[in-house]
Amino acid sequence: MAKIQNSRDVSLAKATAQVHQQIEALYRCESRRVFATLLRLLGDFQLADEALQDAFTAALKQWPLDGVPANPRAWLVSTGRFKAIDGLRRQSRFVQGIDELADQLEVDTPDFVAYADEDIEDDRLRLIFTCCHPALAEESRVALTLREICGLSTEEIASAFLSRPTTIAQRIVRAKAKIRDARIPYQIPSAAELPERINAVLQVLYLMFNEGYSASSGANITRADVSAEAIRLAELLLNLNRDSSADTEIAGLLALMLLQESRRAARTDAQDELVLMADQDRRLWNSEYIDKGVALVRRALKDGRFGPYSIQAAIAAIHAESTSAETTDWHEIVGLYDVLLRLNTSPVIALNRAVALGMRDGPAVGASAVDEIYEAGDLADYHLLHAARADFKRQLGQYQPAFAAYKEALGYARQMPEIRFLEKRIAEMQAKLTK
Amino acid sequence: MKYLCLVYGEEAKIAAMDDAECMSCVEGLLESGHFIAGEALQPVETATTLRIRNDKTTFTDGPFAETKEQLAGFYLLEARDLNEALDKAAKIPPARVGSIEVRPIRQLQPA
Repeated sequence: MAKIQNSRDVSLAKATAQVHQQIEALYRCESRRVFATLLRLLGDFQLADEALQDAFTAALKQWPLDGVPANPRAWLVSTGRFKAIDGLRRQSRFVQGIDELADQLEVDTPDFVAYADEDIEDDRLRLIFTCCHPALAEESRVALTLREICGLSTEEIASAFLSRPTTIAQRIVRAKAKIRDARIPYQIPSAAELPERINAVLQVLYLMFNEGYSASSGANITRADVSAEAIRLAELLLNLNRDSSADTEIAGLLALMLLQESRRAARTDAQDELVLMADQDRRLWNSEYIDKGVALVRRALKDGRFGPYSIQAAIAAIHAESTSAETTDWHEIVGLYDVLLRLNTSPVIALNRAVALGMRDGPAVGASAVDEIYEAGDLADYHLLHAARADFKRQLGQYQPAFAAYKEALGYARQMPEIRFLEKRIAEMQAKLTK
Repeated sequence: MKYLCLVYGEEAKIAAMDDAECMSCVEGLLESGHFIAGEALQPVETATTLRIRNDKTTFTDGPFAETKEQLAGFYLLEARDLNEALDKAAKIPPARVGSIEVRPIRQLQPA
């Protein structure tokens, strides 16, 4: 770095640092939106990606001198588009046909000043429906959405899905190649296509939310921004078309996410340690999210066309409106799990039902319901199955089997707060046993 | 953009379909301007497969691959994008008993 010589230089350096900080923040929250619009304008993932990087590089150079523009997003879109066309023109000396492409882009795409915020939101929707297109393999849809819409790195996606980064990168490359070569359109589906297309999107959003709510590995349990993105995208979808029959489950999923999100602040204590729902300080629950979520659940259930997301949201709503674990209506919750199991026979739902049953009828009933799942061999590598077994056995005073089950849970847990929680329990069991 | 829709299925099931249904499908695609070409094929017993290895040409009786589902015909369609191509492919009658593989056409690019 050049030696700073006088106070004018010092203040200039300070101002530059400030602008750089602003650009960094902008990159974090706006770069995926800018990318979505660039993709519409340029029609190619790679071109849009390069344009995005070029636009931010230009901002780092120009903004400290010229000041931050009034509408930074529009500036970035416009600059990215210009740089892409300019780049194509320079390439055209070597590759035939590129000049026409650049001409076409220049004529086809309107000037940035005309962009309204709604256009930008529509671009995000276009990108969602493209990334979640049913012609793409399911695992590619999730990877592509997390990469292109949420801006997660391939490393982050790989750790969330217990995969190698190269595997994830390959999936993304393959999906982008198919989008380009088979010409998967960059558009919002028509009302007629929507119900069919929406399920693929909902599934991806819920996976995304869970990734942000309980990142499956790493130091922190929550990654608020990814969850907030999933919620925002669900809200966008819900506003898209109010007459669609798909709306009920969109509302259901949105409610489910809001109600889970409402507990975020209470899920960890000041030392970043995990707090179970029964022990959470319910005053920390976000009442604004709860109100929104509960209203959406009511709307979804009244409709009659509800599916699994709405029912899960209804269960979350009962928790949200209860003042403690003891006063929770466990009868209602077990009943809702029964409905859910009829729609979707999943061992994870069976496990949740078993835990609710234990809350309703006592730890002995809960323990035998969980044991049944354990003995069936389902979920053998799911740490929460072992943790639930251990917990019921602990409540029954069976410390030796509880100790063994907590140990088993620890073997499969991957999040630091969960690992610490289980270690604490294991130490407690050890203390009981050596007494 | 051009898409080739390859019609696969068990031959007995496809043979049991009424040709008139396929003809009206073609007429519909012609009218909407999506149809470029398309034909139904004789059964695989009539197929001959040819290979050239080390400058030597060999012929084998039968299809390239012995599978339960066989290539029974094709449609070459003009469509705006994959969504439109899939929409049109869903109207091909054997989709109900077999499957339709939709493949974008690649432009040859001689060096």
